[in-house]
Amino acid sequence: MIPVDQVLVQIVNGLVNGMILALVASGLTLIFGIMDIVNFAHGDLFMLGAYVGTTAFLASGSFWVALVVSVVVMAVLGAALQVTALRPLVGRDPLTTILATFGISLVIQNYALWQYGPVPRKILEPVSAHFQLFYVEYPWYRILIALMSAGIIGALYLFMKYGKHGIWIRATTQDRVMAAAMGIPVPWVHTVVFAIGAAMAAASGVLFAPTVGVNHAMGFDFTLRAFVVVVVGGMGNLGGSILASIFISLLESLATIWVSPAQAVIVSFIALILTLLIRPTGLFVPTPK
Amino acid sequence: MSTITPPATSAAERDLDTRARGDGPSAAYWTGFVVVVGALALSPFVLPEFWQRFATEILIWGLLAMSSDILIGYTGMVSFGHSAFFGLGMYGAAAALLMVRPPNLWLALAAGLVAAAAVAVFVAYFSTRLRDIYFSITTLVFSQIFYVVIFTWTEVTGGENGLTFRQPPFAVPGLFSVAFTRNGLHWFVLAMVTLSYLLLRRVTQSPFGMVLQSIRENEPRTRAIGYHVERYKIVAVMLSGLFAGLAGSLYAIQNKFAAPDFVLFLISGETVIFNVMGGMGTLVGPVAGAAFFLLMKEVFSRVFYEYYLIPVGIIFTLMVIFLPQGLLGFLRRRLNQ
Repeated sequence: MIPVDQVLVQIVNGLVNGMILALVASGLTLIFGIMDIVNFAHGDLFMLGAYVGTTAFLASGSFWVALVVSVVVMAVLGAALQVTALRPLVGRDPLTTILATFGISLVIQNYALWQYGPVPRKILEPVSAHFQLFYVEYPWYRILIALMSAGIIGALYLFMKYGKHGIWIRATTQDRVMAAAMGIPVPWVHTVVFAIGAAMAAASGVLFAPTVGVNHAMGFDFTLRAFVVVVVGGMGNLGGSILASIFISLLESLATIWVSPAQAVIVSFIALILTLLIRPTGLFVPTPK
Repeated sequence: MSTITPPATSAAERDLDTRARGDGPSAAYWTGFVVVVGALALSPFVLPEFWQRFATEILIWGLLAMSSDILIGYTGMVSFGHSAFFGLGMYGAAAALLMVRPPNLWLALAAGLVAAAAVAVFVAYFSTRLRDIYFSITTLVFSQIFYVVIFTWTEVTGGENGLTFRQPPFAVPGLFSVAFTRNGLHWFVLAMVTLSYLLLRRVTQSPFGMVLQSIRENEPRTRAIGYHVERYKIVAVMLSGLFAGLAGSLYAIQNKFAAPDFVLFLISGETVIFNVMGGMGTLVGPVAGAAFFLLMKEVFSRVFYEYYLIPVGIIFTLMVIFLPQGLLGFLRRRLNQ
């Protein structure tokens, strides 16, 4: 017997979580697609962004100020990280970037623990109203999260498609050498892309913060999930990773009807394994010719 | 192989060259080997209690690092999931020690190996279908699956609290059985690690090991020559998992507990750190890396307390950028100048 109302509530939940995850994963995909960097620290940028948000929220009392401050701070930090730690690795084996970003992830995680302590922190949601969804009072804020994530991803898409600098980025993805020959400052494109990725992680961190307490360990969880998503969606494919985020989150949400949330993670891992078995190039990409 | 060998320039190349020609290792190598093993064997008489235990732990972590070097250094597959093998080795040993009365050392080791091997078969089958970072991500995800299973399956694994048990005595069946002293345990671990090192060294120098290195250097070409690359990779992952499982069961026997923390990703991360710090593809390097890392951890946690990973992480990142050959490679280059 399948409880229909529970399933519908979990579908809404899955869509909301999926949009947050899509925002994190699209930053990761963007960075990977352009620089061949597997950013192991991506979840930690998400976590640090949320923490910066809590600080800004304490100082200003406004959620929106916190969001903007966190995005700007993390973009600058991302650019600084790229210039200092990742630029020297350009042209080396992509595996070295996973190692370097792993080191960065350790530093960020422990810095957050040191700076903010082990007690989770919270940001108050800007919208506290609820609406009736079957048997639960569903917060409007969660719907707002999904819409804002979709908005940010949409803006990124438009920027990549029509913006002059977006075209630079796409040109660099296609052919680094040719782009450089055409006068595109490739090293700076890399820095800016990393900054954009970090800013998107920070935005999702702040958006996500009101729904749970911010703690120093939440980054790894998101890194792992974003990894699952980008593999399931087809690595380096923006549209694929968005669809995969929603797919994976829906699966996990539906699984929580029957098992505990901790065990529900396994469902997404199984989805990953099946993807690797049946379609290693990714579920949501056209078959390569 | 061509008969004309071009003059080898770097020490690493010359090293590879002698191995390829099948010459035995030099007398200097064996002298060094005997000196190091001898020093480690005598260390319990010199070191104070704390450092003595520390030396035993370095050996166990060193074995874990060595096992992952088969993948990272020799085959060029960076495994981010070695904690699964290590942890299952621990739980396998724990299961044998808790279920069989009286506790039997060899049975515990065997059970640890079997558990790790079972996991390794599973992981190897799926993860070797992928290359490079995809392999890393898959191994990471697998270790996390095992972590979640162990963490949430409280009735069997003890959940968050893990399992505790008594240390088995050191016994030779039918001959004698004595309880482990601290020195005895150190020597036992040393013997197991040395044996594993010699075995792994033999493997890396065998034709099989040569194929692994050829996969690392150029996978498509290895395939083109006619080697079944996937099969070699599966065996490499299983071999690596087996020795990681041995390290796990030794750790369980030393510490008398098994805990989900040791299946957690952090252990895999540390294993990769050992390799990078010490020098990948040398077997000895990762052990040196483990020693270096644990010493750094010890020193920095006296200054930074539980935040020791901040300086360690910075040093690690700097080493990835500036010292890609690790400490051993750096020393080797220095000595050759």
